[in-house]
Amino acid sequence: MIIDNSDVILSVRNLTADVDGTPILKGLNLEIKAGEIHAIMGPNGSGKSTFSKVLAGHPAYTVTGGEVIYKGQNLLELEPEERSRSGVFLAFQYPLEIPGVSNLDFLRVSFNSKRQHEGLEELDAFDFDDLVRERLDVVKMDPAFLDRSVNEGFSGGEKKRNEILQMALLEPTLAILDETDSGLDIDALKIVANGVNQLAKPENATLMITHYQRLLDYIVPDFVHVMAEGKILTTGGKELAQELEAKGYDWVKAEDVAEVAV
Amino acid sequence: MTATVENLVNQPYKYGFVTDIEVETIPKGLSEDVIRLISAKKEEPAFMQEFRLKAYRQWLKMKEPTWPHVDYPAIDYQDITYYSAPKEQEKKKSLDDVDPALLETFDKLGIPLSEQKRLSNVAVDAVFDSVSVATTFKEQLAKEGVIFCSISEALKDFPELVEKYLGSVVPINDNFFSALNSAVFSDGSFVYIPKGVKCPMELSTYFRINTEGAGQFERTLIIAEEGSQVSYLEGCTAPMFDTNQLHAAVVELVALDDADIKYSTVQNWYAGDENGKGGIYNFVTKRGLCAGKNSKISWTQVETGSAITWKYPSCVLVGDNSVGEFYSVALTNNKQQADTGTKMIHVGKNTRSTIISKGISAGRSQNSYRGLVRMGPKADGSRNYSQCDSMLIGSDAEANTFPYIQVQNNQTKVEHEASTSKIGEDQLFYFAQRGISVEDAVSMMISGFCQDVFNQLPMEFAVEADRLLSLKLEGSVG
Repeated sequence: MIIDNSDVILSVRNLTADVDGTPILKGLNLEIKAGEIHAIMGPNGSGKSTFSKVLAGHPAYTVTGGEVIYKGQNLLELEPEERSRSGVFLAFQYPLEIPGVSNLDFLRVSFNSKRQHEGLEELDAFDFDDLVRERLDVVKMDPAFLDRSVNEGFSGGEKKRNEILQMALLEPTLAILDETDSGLDIDALKIVANGVNQLAKPENATLMITHYQRLLDYIVPDFVHVMAEGKILTTGGKELAQELEAKGYDWVKAEDVAEVAV
Repeated sequence: MTATVENLVNQPYKYGFVTDIEVETIPKGLSEDVIRLISAKKEEPAFMQEFRLKAYRQWLKMKEPTWPHVDYPAIDYQDITYYSAPKEQEKKKSLDDVDPALLETFDKLGIPLSEQKRLSNVAVDAVFDSVSVATTFKEQLAKEGVIFCSISEALKDFPELVEKYLGSVVPINDNFFSALNSAVFSDGSFVYIPKGVKCPMELSTYFRINTEGAGQFERTLIIAEEGSQVSYLEGCTAPMFDTNQLHAAVVELVALDDADIKYSTVQNWYAGDENGKGGIYNFVTKRGLCAGKNSKISWTQVETGSAITWKYPSCVLVGDNSVGEFYSVALTNNKQQADTGTKMIHVGKNTRSTIISKGISAGRSQNSYRGLVRMGPKADGSRNYSQCDSMLIGSDAEANTFPYIQVQNNQTKVEHEASTSKIGEDQLFYFAQRGISVEDAVSMMISGFCQDVFNQLPMEFAVEADRLLSLKLEGSVG
């Protein structure tokens, strides 16, 4: 896969970050180009979820060094909502419940904030209703979920589908899926994976963060990175994931693989 | 999100100005002579002076309640001015006679009184410090037989009605503050809806405290005769002073057979600054008596102001099949304290009550719901449903729920539900990650949280209440 440099969507160099003064990310390097699907795998506590939150700008994490360039601009300078509006999407591991706010209203305000950012006219309630009903198909979601409060009383699988529905509406340039497979049974996993695959386009990119190889059977990555202790230890193709599954994470550590410069 | 959740700052209070107007006040302090003076100034009938003196003598024997979950320094009742009125006391025939400075004040408060500007479907009684300065649409209402005037005028024009009902729902010695109010109240609104009449417009009273150091003690009395209907709304603001001002009102509602009273409040008294300096002490007794069968009284309140709120709008359900409702949003920010809720006293058979209480606490505030549901021995087939939801914003605010249930009849049903939710960093981050700004996120969550209550407000005011809450919390999160 030979892609020109100008297609770089995300470039992370020597990124370090703290939470409450404890270093979690310790010099992370990663480059993602348009049309690519990347997977970061790693044991619990390796910092992979932290990485996703740092990219999205969660206020609890402090970046202490390095740089993150997204589509040619310094991502770290942007507020979380600006990152979202410019196309960075994080599918949450634990989507929050928002009582009293209807899913439909939430989706519309979110969608229109991006439209506004792009200088486009906001969609009115009727046009938006048509659009969202069409997008429900991506994750085979029952329209009844639109009238319920955001994620309130949703099952684990329904919450994850709702995340992918939001992704289908916002059409992000960089979609980060944080443990999207956790808590899903096999049927729900297939639906969610199918949704993500439909949304993958040559001009955008997907970054999956996962503990298990299972998800990668359904969303096939171009690159697999193994992360431990706040940095990426090794990078390979999809076969790396299978090797990991067979040998366990200790294998990577035991190999003492030198950090692969991207 | 550059600031933190703890960084709770109030939107500057935009009603905090003082109107520079000559007022007539009496010396501070309270005694039988002061009460006689108030009564004389108001040229009241003799029974009224007796009522006041009786209340004062009771009050002297009573103690300020200490059970509310609020904290404030002792009030010096001799350091309060009990009567303050704009000078110019001739009988006002029309708005042209009202001091333009007063009209301008109400204009600034968004309550235009002049013919050209006033709301077309709402009659307004404007109360400035101790007296009513104007009542709109009086003549139009009179055509339907509806009486809507200040209680001072009612005492002159309809003394027998006032004498019959005043103190019939909230007895003089009901509590410390009702006794004080009964002794010194200066003005308030009086509403009488005759038999079978559906009041053709919303009635509204707007209370404005202006003079520093003056207490406001208003008295409202609403009587709905058989088969009548009325919707009434009150609003309140006050200037910003460093000192606390006492507001001790009494509201009495009487609903006879098949009558329906809807009473809504949007309370935005000055709340004090972010350190809790200044603000109104809002110690209010509100009670409705469903005297007749199939009568209904519904309280809706949106409480956003005051340094301290102590208030339990209640329903006494005497008539069989009568209905009591209480819908409340109480928002506290900074160092505000609120102890508010309701009492539903089921006396008659098949009486029903609904309590929906939404408490929002931000900053370092304290917000308590306190409610009593009592099923009396004869209340066969009666039911209550209560729902108390609290929302915490940030991590330094406090929310409490104190529900009291007394059941003396096993043919009744009482249900109570409660929930607590939080607007914290993670919720806001979720919204932000979907491109939604902090302000929009808070306003969406608050509107959603309060929807069940806002739906009960008259339409014009529901929008206003929604906006008011957003303003109050602006900059308070994130």
